[in-house]
Amino acid sequence: MRAMSRNDLLLFLGFTLVVLAMPLWLQPFGAAYPDLLQRFMIFGIFAVGFNILFGLTGYLSFGHAAFFGVGSYAAVWSFKLLSLDAIPAMLFAIVVSGLFALLIGYVSLRRSGIYFSILTLAFAQMSYNLAYSVLTPITNGETGLQLTLNDPRYLDAAMGSAQAGQPVPTLLGQSLGGFAGFYFCAGFLILAFFIAQRITNSPFGMMLKGIKSNQTRMNYTGFNTKPYTLAAFVISGMYAGLAGALLAVTDPLAGAERMQWTASGEVVLMTILGGAGTLVGPVIGAWLIKYFENIFSAINDTMLHRFWGFLPEGADNVMVAITSKFVGEGWFLTLGLVFVLIVVFLPGGIMEGVRRIAHLFNRQRKSPDRPASQVQPAE
Amino acid sequence: MTNPNVVLHVADVHKRFGGLHALADIDLQVEEGQTHAIIGPNGAGKSTLLNVIIGKLAPTSGTVVFDGAILTGRKPYQINQLGIARVFQTPEIFADLSVLHNVMIPALAKRDGAFKLNMLRGLDSETGILREAQDMLEDVGMYGRRDMAAGSLSRGDKRRMELAMCLIQHPRLLLLDEPTAGMSRHDTNTTIELLKKIKSRGMTKVIIEHDMHVVFSLADKISVLAQGRIIADGTPDQVRGNPKVQEAYLGGAH
Repeated sequence: MRAMSRNDLLLFLGFTLVVLAMPLWLQPFGAAYPDLLQRFMIFGIFAVGFNILFGLTGYLSFGHAAFFGVGSYAAVWSFKLLSLDAIPAMLFAIVVSGLFALLIGYVSLRRSGIYFSILTLAFAQMSYNLAYSVLTPITNGETGLQLTLNDPRYLDAAMGSAQAGQPVPTLLGQSLGGFAGFYFCAGFLILAFFIAQRITNSPFGMMLKGIKSNQTRMNYTGFNTKPYTLAAFVISGMYAGLAGALLAVTDPLAGAERMQWTASGEVVLMTILGGAGTLVGPVIGAWLIKYFENIFSAINDTMLHRFWGFLPEGADNVMVAITSKFVGEGWFLTLGLVFVLIVVFLPGGIMEGVRRIAHLFNRQRKSPDRPASQVQPAE
Repeated sequence: MTNPNVVLHVADVHKRFGGLHALADIDLQVEEGQTHAIIGPNGAGKSTLLNVIIGKLAPTSGTVVFDGAILTGRKPYQINQLGIARVFQTPEIFADLSVLHNVMIPALAKRDGAFKLNMLRGLDSETGILREAQDMLEDVGMYGRRDMAAGSLSRGDKRRMELAMCLIQHPRLLLLDEPTAGMSRHDTNTTIELLKKIKSRGMTKVIIEHDMHVVFSLADKISVLAQGRIIADGTPDQVRGNPKVQEAYLGGAH
């Protein structure tokens, strides 16, 4: 029994290499600083998990930010009550968000299609409002939940490893700032990708694809589809919780705005942009959107003038005037435009574009000794 | 139930849709290993009857018993797990998945039951299921198309694949809803051959069909349905000679 096919192993190793080498190959793009790299990892995990529910099972949740937020709150509470170590915080966050997903999933999955989406959206907005106002003792409302010098941290106190100064999350006593934080998050992204890959290639994963393709046939084939969809929902909720916890590790402040519908919508965009149902696509989508958000929104007119400087006098001013609308504050315009183009011309996202190009090359290479009948490949 | 060979017994089933009495006083006994055809003009209630048997519709009154187990009130997946598979009038297949995976999914349902959280095993290591699926596709003559997306198959091939999806579960009872509807004469004949081949495997079959050529080449028993009632029951020869049947159906059609 092979653990993985050769292609899967290559994909996994390639992915690992690309992730770990990010501080190097992102240098020319001006994106190789820890804060952004950490965010690449965190939202990559979020999107990979979201894809298990949306891409594989075909259930579009518009409320996954709720689990992300719950993960953040749970992690910060673990820092406050238990220990500043990241590991208990992560475990606690995954368990809490998993239970939360079980509850919401159990109710929401009684419906499918648009009704399911609306239910998840309603639950997420409910969670957001609870976090913002009603549950202030737990969430600290508007201000956000943060660490203070007076936190009890019973586990740390019992171990006698009390820290002096401003409390920050650690891993076995080591600081998780800067690139250490990046590699910590990268480890989890690689693990998250590995698990998603195993799920996709397992019989369970095939059942999820079957549910997406034809739920009626699944029922008449002898499958009880409810527990399958619930399992997918809980797994993706735990992924979101893990991502939320990592965000709390790198920046120990949990606010309610993380649960807002815009945050839920963002992960949907990431997944579709990269390619729903593919393994790598959602990660690429997450990276691209976070890249746009951080780099494009920082570009100003001076930088544009330098960029278009090679054009003749006058022409560069025109170009600057046009392009300045799409950067800085206007980067949402670029995002929207790219998204529209992708959905219209490449409904399968960036990964479909990659596949089409690869297909084109293959056909050119093989055309002389191959009959014209092109067999349509399965997904 | 006096006949011990009866495996499926539809007893006193009524089905009303508002004022419409779609099925009235249906009593149907299907014997083990036989091919039982249900025929009748359009709107006679054939599909309704099949939907009641498979659990898609609940009868207004009456019960359906399969091998001692009451089917009424069970969910479609539970009915399948008892050993009943169904071919639909419009093929219900996994259009996005490959032909091979389409056939592997039912094989996994048969082996693993209604739910199993097996996400750590790779699909590649399911060699038993893989071989079973390949043999099945070989049997129905579709092995060469195993890597194609099921959605891109021709209509006849979709039906054949759906039949393979049912057969791989080795069901005790196979329900076929107009398996040759909309097929060319050639495709119809290949399907008849295929169904004859599986007839020798001793599986019980209930078949709903319009095409008399198909019915008389396959059926051991025929029940004629008209306006929600069974008006005749018997061997093909008995049914052919029944004047009531000729009046209700055959006379008009031929």
